[in-house]
Amino acid sequence: MTDEQVYLQKLLTEIKGETSQCALMEVCGTHTMAIARSGVRELVPPQLKLLSGPGCPVCVTAQGDIDAVVEMVKNPALTLLTFGDMMRVPGTNSSLQEERSRGADIRVVYSPLDALAAAGQMPDRQVVFLGIGFETTAPTVGATIQQAKEMGLANFSVLSLHKVVPPALEVIFGDPDIQMDGLICPGHVVAVTGIEPYRQLAEKAHKPMVVTGFETRDILEGIVMLLRQLRRDRAQVEIQYRRVVRPEGNKVAQQTLQDVFETDDCRWRGLGLIPQSGLKIRPKYKDYDARIRFEVPVIEDVPIKGCACGEVLRGLITPRECALFGKGCTPLQPIGPCMVSQEGACAAYYRYTPKKGRL
Amino acid sequence: MCLGVPGKITQIADNYVATVDVNGNQMDISIRLTPEVQLGEYVLVHAGFAMEIIDAAIAAETISYMEEMGWYDR
Amino acid sequence: MKTDRILMAHGSGGLMSQQLIDGVFKKAWDNPYLSAMLDGALLDLPPGRVAMTTDSFVITPLFFPGGNIGKLSVCGTVNDLVACGAKPLFLSTAMIIEEGLYLSDLRKIVDSMARTAREAGICLVTGDTKVVERGSADGLFINTTGIGVIPSGIDFRPSRIEDGDAVLVTGPVGDHGLAVLAQREGLRFATPALSDCAPLGVIGRVLEKYGADVRCMRDPTRGGLATVLNELAQQSGHGILVEESKIPVSPVVQGACDMLGLDPLYMANEGKMVVITDPRRAAEIIRDLRQLPEANGAAIIGEVRREPAQMVLLQTELGAQRILAMLEGEHLPRIC
Repeated sequence: MTDEQVYLQKLLTEIKGETSQCALMEVCGTHTMAIARSGVRELVPPQLKLLSGPGCPVCVTAQGDIDAVVEMVKNPALTLLTFGDMMRVPGTNSSLQEERSRGADIRVVYSPLDALAAAGQMPDRQVVFLGIGFETTAPTVGATIQQAKEMGLANFSVLSLHKVVPPALEVIFGDPDIQMDGLICPGHVVAVTGIEPYRQLAEKAHKPMVVTGFETRDILEGIVMLLRQLRRDRAQVEIQYRRVVRPEGNKVAQQTLQDVFETDDCRWRGLGLIPQSGLKIRPKYKDYDARIRFEVPVIEDVPIKGCACGEVLRGLITPRECALFGKGCTPLQPIGPCMVSQEGACAAYYRYTPKKGRL
Repeated sequence: MCLGVPGKITQIADNYVATVDVNGNQMDISIRLTPEVQLGEYVLVHAGFAMEIIDAAIAAETISYMEEMGWYDR
Repeated sequence: MKTDRILMAHGSGGLMSQQLIDGVFKKAWDNPYLSAMLDGALLDLPPGRVAMTTDSFVITPLFFPGGNIGKLSVCGTVNDLVACGAKPLFLSTAMIIEEGLYLSDLRKIVDSMARTAREAGICLVTGDTKVVERGSADGLFINTTGIGVIPSGIDFRPSRIEDGDAVLVTGPVGDHGLAVLAQREGLRFATPALSDCAPLGVIGRVLEKYGADVRCMRDPTRGGLATVLNELAQQSGHGILVEESKIPVSPVVQGACDMLGLDPLYMANEGKMVVITDPRRAAEIIRDLRQLPEANGAAIIGEVRREPAQMVLLQTELGAQRILAMLEGEHLPRIC
């Protein structure tokens, strides 16, 4: 065994020694994926539950918001640029992938800057970037909007469906049905925001939190640090991901967020309306706000019969406990977003967990 | 919502554009969010932007700080 | 009529069609079969079971680092014959050319097909060209059909796969998929990765002496290694267990996939084979394969298991086993 493998096994041994009932939640789609891919859920003792919370920005996008985007792309003068994650998410009747097959101009990009470049290359089209993501991605979109304004681009705008994590965590902590003892904090989100919002949450809720990275070693270290805090009845925010996260976060990114966005009430799939949890483009950048430019309506959510994404997102049930999981709802024919998004809890379970594995 | 990968800054142009190298692959990214970054430093790249400067000393640790603290015997 | 582009007239069967065939195709592919100018090719086959395969190539862009659609169309069909256990002998090709394609591009592609066919020891014996209106074909679509003969003692079928068999791959995965993708991505992303596109008849020849100890071969093209392993598991009725740390992936490919949110195990390969063998011969087979430039990165990556039937499991660096699923839908990049 290499040194690294020896070390990983040591961490695993300590985790396996955990005898008490304990539930740790992660709130980051990339953590959902990383945990599923590493197989760590198979190896931790059954009394230690690793829950997936509302950390997949695709999964928590309200169905009505998807429907509004689907309507918007029917405009023949409009080109929509989006991250790949959003293509297959089902709205009530359609998805971006379907609209594209019907002739809508929808393209997958890797960066919001690609959308800016596209706007420059297609001056007679209206180019809209679909802004999805939490505080890791929102600053990149904010910086792009700032740049668009500096360039005076007339045909570029952003539809912001961005959200921020802490208000959703307050809802989770406040829900008496949700059993959660410690939080695996999203490493790249906190790299931007700094630990302050989480310090306050940890104190209020009296739950330990560890800002964790995404390699297998990071996840194991993060779990060990949480278990050690729990044993000592601590409720602090610790940083495991020290090589990237500083306690104060990234001030420039924070300033960008402040400059371009303001918080607003926002609907989350599965959690309902959460006050001050969405990011709305400020009036000073209204020329780049697609919501205003295209008068994007607010469409009410139509509940999908049998879909339990809401409960999965709150960690109330595991994906396998949803009646539709694997029967009627599969990655190829998803019903809810938790199965569509590659980082959704259901997709991660379905893809990576052998059928004989535990719930 | 956090896919990020470490890359080395190999070129800095003007207007916040830089080139980052990940194992020989090169990509033009924006350093608008990390304007203080220097040539040769490593950054975390997400969605075409450098998000953070990676602390090289911490990243190079082959033993985690837990072991340094003597929490594990070697 | 002098022109630097393909016109509809080139497909009409008249003088310009003749000029195209003479000037581009015959020039590159001259051989007795083609110069006989019959409507088809008359072939003498050596004794043995005949294998036949067909494939169409619609790749965009037409030119990519390490190859082009022409080279690919020969390699793809050659390699399918090799995967059947056959020695590739004859190839036909049908081209659907979009009006407006540069003649110089067509020439490069056709010359490349000739070179690759020579390298692979396969003969281009008959063909067809059509021209379609601008907008109806991404520059060029190529179909190739190949015929080969299977030496006695060779019988590659998923149903021959047995519990305990070794799973081998002939080299690092993901290079072709990345090279093509990078070409599409354009200027923002540059990779030194080259398509691994290559004819693999040499692998067939090296494995011939192992006879029945080689159960089956498959080339992991679209959908990548993960998809082919799943096909083999499903068709054989067995399970497959592979170890993540043993699957060869170059640092360049891994880094690029990390950057773009993609998984190398689902990226296409055009110069690799998955080989299922008797476990007792696996080490020897690897040694022989590694002598070949086309397979110098060959590795044993896992084994066949009875359970879980028809599924592929991946053992992670932690020692846990998780499912390696088939590609479902498009391989979309993950950012969020």
